[in-house]
Amino acid sequence: MTYLFQILNGLGLGMLYFLLAVGLSIIFGLLQFVNFAHGAFYLLGAYLAYEGVERGLSFWVAMPLAALVVAVLAGLTERLLLRRVYKLPHTFHILVTVGLALVVQELVIILWGPLGGNVAPPEELSGVMILGDFVYPEYRLFVIGFTAILAAGLWWLLDRTRLGAIVRAGSESPSNMALLGYDTLRINTAVFALGAGLAGLAGALAAPIRGVEPFMGVEALGIAFVVVVIGGMGSYAGALAAGILVGVAQSLMATLWPEGARLVIYLGMAGIIMAMPRGLFGRA
Amino acid sequence: MSGPAALSVEDVHGYYGKSHILQGVSLEVRAGEIVCLLGRNGAGKTSTLKAISGLLPPRGGRVRFHDTDVAGWPAHRIARAGLTLVPEDRGIFSLLSVEENLRIAVRRGSPWGMAEIYAMFPRLEERRRNGGAQLSGGEQQMLSIARALLSGPKLLMLDEPVEGLAPVIVEEIVAQIRAIRDAGVPILLVEQNLAVCTSLADRHYILELGRVAYAAGNAEFKADDAARDRFLGVKAA
Repeated sequence: MTYLFQILNGLGLGMLYFLLAVGLSIIFGLLQFVNFAHGAFYLLGAYLAYEGVERGLSFWVAMPLAALVVAVLAGLTERLLLRRVYKLPHTFHILVTVGLALVVQELVIILWGPLGGNVAPPEELSGVMILGDFVYPEYRLFVIGFTAILAAGLWWLLDRTRLGAIVRAGSESPSNMALLGYDTLRINTAVFALGAGLAGLAGALAAPIRGVEPFMGVEALGIAFVVVVIGGMGSYAGALAAGILVGVAQSLMATLWPEGARLVIYLGMAGIIMAMPRGLFGRA
Repeated sequence: MSGPAALSVEDVHGYYGKSHILQGVSLEVRAGEIVCLLGRNGAGKTSTLKAISGLLPPRGGRVRFHDTDVAGWPAHRIARAGLTLVPEDRGIFSLLSVEENLRIAVRRGSPWGMAEIYAMFPRLEERRRNGGAQLSGGEQQMLSIARALLSGPKLLMLDEPVEGLAPVIVEEIVAQIRAIRDAGVPILLVEQNLAVCTSLADRHYILELGRVAYAAGNAEFKADDAARDRFLGVKAA
């Protein structure tokens, strides 16, 4: 029964990982851009939700607002800074985005202090549910359900709409999109903002579970890369499968062998890279 | 047959890195015309189309499209102005279905909508659920031309549209090109297949080393064995 409990926990964690990683994956697929600042958007989303709740906003307002603000800030950053480095080698992407992540992290420390804080789950979901022999926090169940709905909505957006077709086509050939009259720079900005906004949303949703602290972005970045590498760069289904896989593995390990939780995840990633260099759902 | 100039390219220069690939190309496409751009491999035919469409921004010279100089505009703005290139590699998105390939090209104000396109290219309707990569070469070419039409072109540039296609498909595409011209869209055609060129074009330009070396009307060109031999290395049959 404890395993079931941990699997449920892992599912919730995994869905947050999916939300976090899917933006990184889509951005890489579209722009071939390695974004080490992705964790900073998660960090920012968490702190903005925290700030909103501290100022008396309902969590239901603070959470989407945090994601929206992160998306807007990310869109501006893309336009003013990142767009200039796409054409440079990957090492420049890393330099610029690691720098950006550090700046965001230091700003968070300056604005909110180094210690972090807690975010109470919304009142409606502050209770627990009794599932057979054990109790489970309602908020975590909400996170699983809510992210599942988001995942379905996102799949619909990317797979079934004209906007999704534009994003997929842009990831295949920007110059052919230009020949059809599309301003690929604007598509890039929009997709970048969407991906970052999803990371911000993951941060805001995670805040009531794990609290906020200035280094949560670094941890999230590591996880996001693991998920993207396991799932396959640019793959939506891969991000979903790998997110859940990593979440559940981490949760189970917390019971079986807590010290080895990270080790198992990174070893698992190494194993998958060796067996399937493009990841579970990667395309050539 | 032909009216005022729709497109006039004046002394356009283009570079790939340091190599001076276009050395002052000048040509003109008038309303109602099909104009053929010929030349040996490496003469600069594809580069000329890329320079006009903004994929290879010209360094020097003018590209006048209906009295607006579009040289130096980004490619998407030139495409939106109605100067539309169907590239040599056909530019099909393999991650998209045939129908999605078409839908992303639809623009208001085009005389061609999805219904007109499916009537013109019934094969594409049969294949609309297929992925872009599953099409034959001829179907890919039709898809590429169909997409261009959906975007409402005011002048169409086709880069070797019948290259590598079976004769029966070539005939089909030639008929479609003629129908597009008859619908009022002038065409600039790069083509190696001389029979296709002489059956379609009103005028011909021959490029040599990044410059126009020869220009003639269709009748004159057909009679000029010497020019064909000299510039294209084709013995008159």
